[in-house]
Order: sequence, then structure tokens, then C-alpha cells
Amino acid sequence: MENLGLIFAPLFSYKLLIVLFFGTIFGLILGVLPGLGPTTGGALILPFTMTLDPLSAIVLLTAIYCAGTYGGAITAILINTPGTPAAAATCLDGYPLAQKGEAGRALGMATVSSVIGGIASVIVLIFFAPLLANLAYEFGQPEYFALAIFGLTMLASIGEGSPIKNLIAGAFGILISTVGKDFMTSIDRFTFGINELTEGIGFIPVVVGLFAISEMLTQSTLINQIFNRVALKAVKLPSIDDYKKTWKTIIRSSGIGSFIGVLPAEGGTVASLIGYAEAKRWSKKPEDFGKGSIEGIAGAEAANNAATGGAMVPTLALGIPGSATTAVILTGLIIHGVRPGPDLFREQPEFLYGIFGSMLIANILFFVLGFFGAKIFARITLVPNKLLWPMIFAVSVCGTYSLNQSIIDVWLMLLFGVIGFFMRRYGFSVVPVIIGLILGELVEGTLRQSLVIFDGNWLMFLQRPIALTFFVLSLIALSFPLIKRKKKNDKV
Amino acid sequence: MNDVHKEKGTNKSLSLFFKSSFIVSAVIIVISSILLYFTFTFDIVPPILNRGIQPATFPKALLILIIALTLLTYFISLKNPWKNEKKLPNSFYITLFSFLVFIIVSKFLDFFLGIALLSIIVSYFWGERRVTYLIMVSIIFPLIVFVFFETILGLRFPPGIITNLYYG
Repeated sequence: MENLGLIFAPLFSYKLLIVLFFGTIFGLILGVLPGLGPTTGGALILPFTMTLDPLSAIVLLTAIYCAGTYGGAITAILINTPGTPAAAATCLDGYPLAQKGEAGRALGMATVSSVIGGIASVIVLIFFAPLLANLAYEFGQPEYFALAIFGLTMLASIGEGSPIKNLIAGAFGILISTVGKDFMTSIDRFTFGINELTEGIGFIPVVVGLFAISEMLTQSTLINQIFNRVALKAVKLPSIDDYKKTWKTIIRSSGIGSFIGVLPAEGGTVASLIGYAEAKRWSKKPEDFGKGSIEGIAGAEAANNAATGGAMVPTLALGIPGSATTAVILTGLIIHGVRPGPDLFREQPEFLYGIFGSMLIANILFFVLGFFGAKIFARITLVPNKLLWPMIFAVSVCGTYSLNQSIIDVWLMLLFGVIGFFMRRYGFSVVPVIIGLILGELVEGTLRQSLVIFDGNWLMFLQRPIALTFFVLSLIALSFPLIKRKKKNDKV
Repeated sequence: MNDVHKEKGTNKSLSLFFKSSFIVSAVIIVISSILLYFTFTFDIVPPILNRGIQPATFPKALLILIIALTLLTYFISLKNPWKNEKKLPNSFYITLFSFLVFIIVSKFLDFFLGIALLSIIVSYFWGERRVTYLIMVSIIFPLIVFVFFETILGLRFPPGIITNLYYG
């Protein structure tokens, strides 16, 4: 708590403020453009962060994360297409309200609830992350293994789509992490005699491929799609009456979003859907939902932005990403030589609190920029896909090549792009692949080291109370979809 | 009459093989099985040096898990079929073809020529007919990206007929 004063340090660094400003603008642009978003944008910008010091690099990525999550709402409200998956629930009431000639009111509510949700989640992050980091001191290799398994099972059970497909995708991600020299024995695995593969498959080719290139292929199937745009005059601040209607929803969704964000899952996407559903359940006028309910917009937007701070909690405290974008941020930390975990809290508090402070400022910045600039940002969606995607391809190729200066990385990016396209087409989420890839080394490493400690006795895992708790939670997480399905069937 | 029934039955069982759930499951299982075969070719650590499990054990376990889960998904799909996907349009195959063009050109001719060709193919076949825009997207923008990466990040791009002109 003595470090709380460090939160305001970014305010006194002109360099960090400039980075924050550009990160917020870039995040808003990425959020507005359907198919891009903070995950792809963060991955594309990673190579550029090499020119920055570690704190500025992570501040840039977190600003993109916060602003990008909000930016999706602009497109959701004005053209009925979520700029990011997290804004999908915002379309349900945002667009109908905009069609009634109240686009400014809808955007105003989305902006205010996003900011409140975002700031609430940063407060959760500030207080909860150090507590979790302290708890992590109790963790040994078996506990980390059990935690990683818990993370993956949570991802499967509360992520979007089929839990079994999510598990397959997660296992595929872990499998990718096994390519290259085995870290314990230096034995080649799945290298097929290709020298470049002995170092393993990098994170960037996989992320850019699965998100940007697969989206390019998806867009190639939608070239004749026409968007119905709603004109925006100006963003309006919510009225007193709107605040009266929504304040409980915003607080509830901020709590839901922060909690969902902490769990390793598709962060904002799941949070906004639950936030929206809960807003409807508690509303005095649930029949208005889907027809332009202001509570629906507030519920979805407060929740998806609240997930940003929540998702940073396990990322910084344990080195386990809470969402796909935090997986990119985690990679950014590792590239810059920062190892997340409890030691980071003890040894580099100024670094951590700098991130916390920057996230707070980013939320305020996107409020100002969103309020005054939404009209301009909305115009970005007018850039036709036939020009936009070839340009994104050029940046993707150069960005992927730049990290290792390897043409194999570029080919892998294209391969993962095609895999990602077909995965999405047949209902497999690509997010578990990313989380699996980033957790892969941790899962295998901690499992093998635990077995060395236990002298090969697997049952010893069950004698560690924390590990056992995570295994039990994993079982509960896995049985959750079954219970949900049974309840649904019983209802029918 | 019996023959008609037989024929219908055959069609039904044949159509099973063309269902996306069957094709996707089959592809995953075949690829996983091939990879599983490769895990048996990994070097083995001698027992005296081995600590914990062999390097092949973990990937083997993952691949068996993927195969088992895929089979489970397939059997579930027999009860709850996957939704039918629309046929892919020509623009998709052209975009896929442009990736192939990029790979061949960037490998044998020039990295930036590959990007330029891909950009022009994608932009043209996605509907752009204005020459100025095609030039902008295929030449001017990649050039800006090249200079940006080259100067800001100090990146050296792979040699090629155009890149060599720049590097002298």
C-alpha cells in the first residue's frame, strides 16, 4: 500500500503521457475497425515496442487494450457490427437506439459506462494483484502446474462455444509450444530437420496468423456485405434520468466484468454477455432489451471494460494471462526481460504501479477522445476492406518478419492464418490456442519438474493442498457445461 | 422396391462422409495420428540420465487427448449436428492463391515484390478498379512500411531483385 503514490508517476513523465496518448488513439482505431481489435493490434505493434523502454512498451500495449475494448462499441452502435468480439452484446441495444435517432445518447452511455467499468477494474487490479502475488509465494512447481490446468479448463468451460472444441484448441496451443528443442534434454521435437524450428514456434507468427490473417480470409468471404450506417451528430452525456436508470447496472456489471476478467477466459467477450444478461434479469423493463434499452448498453459496456483490469491481475501476479490480449501483453513483458510474478511486485513496484496508473489515465483519455472524437473515429470504418486488408497484410508480414528476421516465421503466420480461418468456420475458438501456447511451457515444465520432485509418483500431486484445490476446481469447471446443459434440457 | 431402399440407405451413409463434422474430425485425427507417429521417432534419453518423463511423453499425451476429444465431438455431432456452412466464394480462393503467390515470389524473387503482388491481387479481386488506389495499396504503402521498418527498427530485409537495388 505504501507504493500507491507511484500510481501518479506517469502523470509527471511527458514520455509516458505521449505514449499513452498515441496508444489510446491507436487502440480506438483498432477497436473501431471490425476484425482487428486490441489483440491483433497489440501483436502487430509488439516489434515496434522494441524501440521503447520496458515501461513505455507495456504502457503502450495496455493503453491499446483499454481503448480498443471501448472502441468496439462505436462500430457496434453505428453500423451494428461489433468492432471487437467484446462489443457483440452492445449491438443488441446500441444499434436499435441509434436507429431511433439517439446514436449520440447510446454512445454517451457506452462511453461513460466503459470508463466507470474500466476504472473500477483498475482499482480491483491495484488491490487484488498484490494479494494474489503474495499468495503465489506459497506456490511451488506442482501448484503452478495445477493452476495452469485450472486456467485451461476454465477457458474451455466459460469461453465462447463448445467446451470440448475449446479444450481441443487449448491442447493444440500447448502442442505448438512443444515444437523445438526440449528445454530439459535438448532433444528435437517436431522440427522435421528445419533449423529455424529448433528454437520453437514464436508467439507473434501464431497470434498474427490466427487473428489478422484468418480475419483477412474471413473478410474475403464478405466482400459484398453492405453495412447500414447510422449518422452521428454528436456524443451526448447521459441525462440524470439515464444515470438513475443505469447506476445499479453499471456497478453490477463492473463487478461481474472484473471477476470474469480475473478468470482465464475470453475476458471482455464473456463478461459483456454475462453483464448484459444480468442487466436484463434485474431490469424493471426487461421487455425493452433488444429494442434500444439504455440499461442493456450500460450492462454490456461496463462489463467488457471492467474485464481489462481483471485480466491483468493473473497476468502480472502469476504470469498467467486472463485473456488473449493480456497474452500479448505478457509476451511484451517477456520480450522486454520482465518476468511477471510475485518477485516483480517486490523488486519493481515503480514499474507495476506505473502500469496501474497508466491504465487509469488511459481510461480517462479514451473518455475524452471518445466523447469528442467518436464521430471522427466512426469515419475510419469508411475505409473499404479492399484497401484496408492489403495494407494490414503488409504490416503483418513485416512485423512478423522483424522479430527474428526469419522468413519461416512469415510462412508460419500464413499457415496459422489458414488454420485459424477453418477453426473459426467450424466453431473452434482461436483464443484457447493462444492461451495454450503461452501456458504450454509452464504446463510441461512444471509437470516434469514436479515429477522429478515426486520421484515419478503422480499421486503426490494430491498431497499438496493448493494443487489439490486447483484440481478440484478444474473438475468443477469441466462439469459446469454439463450441469448447464442438463438444466437447459430439464427446462425444455 | 428393396433396391430403392438400399440405394437410399447407401446415400444416407455416404452423405455422412460429406458432413463438415466428419471431414473436420477426420482431418484432425489423421494429422494428429501422423504427428503421434513422429513422436515415436524422437530421441530417447537413456534411463540412467532420465529425470522424470521422456521428451516424447508429453506431446504423445496431448495428441492422444486431441484424438479422444475429437472423437467425442464427432459422436456428439451425430446427436446435435453442426450448422451448415455456406459455400466459400471465389474471392476466398483467390485470396488463398495470393498467399501462395506471395510465398513463391518472396522466396525466389523479392520479399517486397511478393507483398506488392499480393496487395494488387487482393485489392483488384475484392473490387478495386481505380489504378491510383491500386498503386497506392501495392507500391506506395509497402514502400512506406519498408522504409519505416528499415530506418526505425534497423531491420534488414531478405535480399531480392528490388531490395538489392535499395541496399546497393
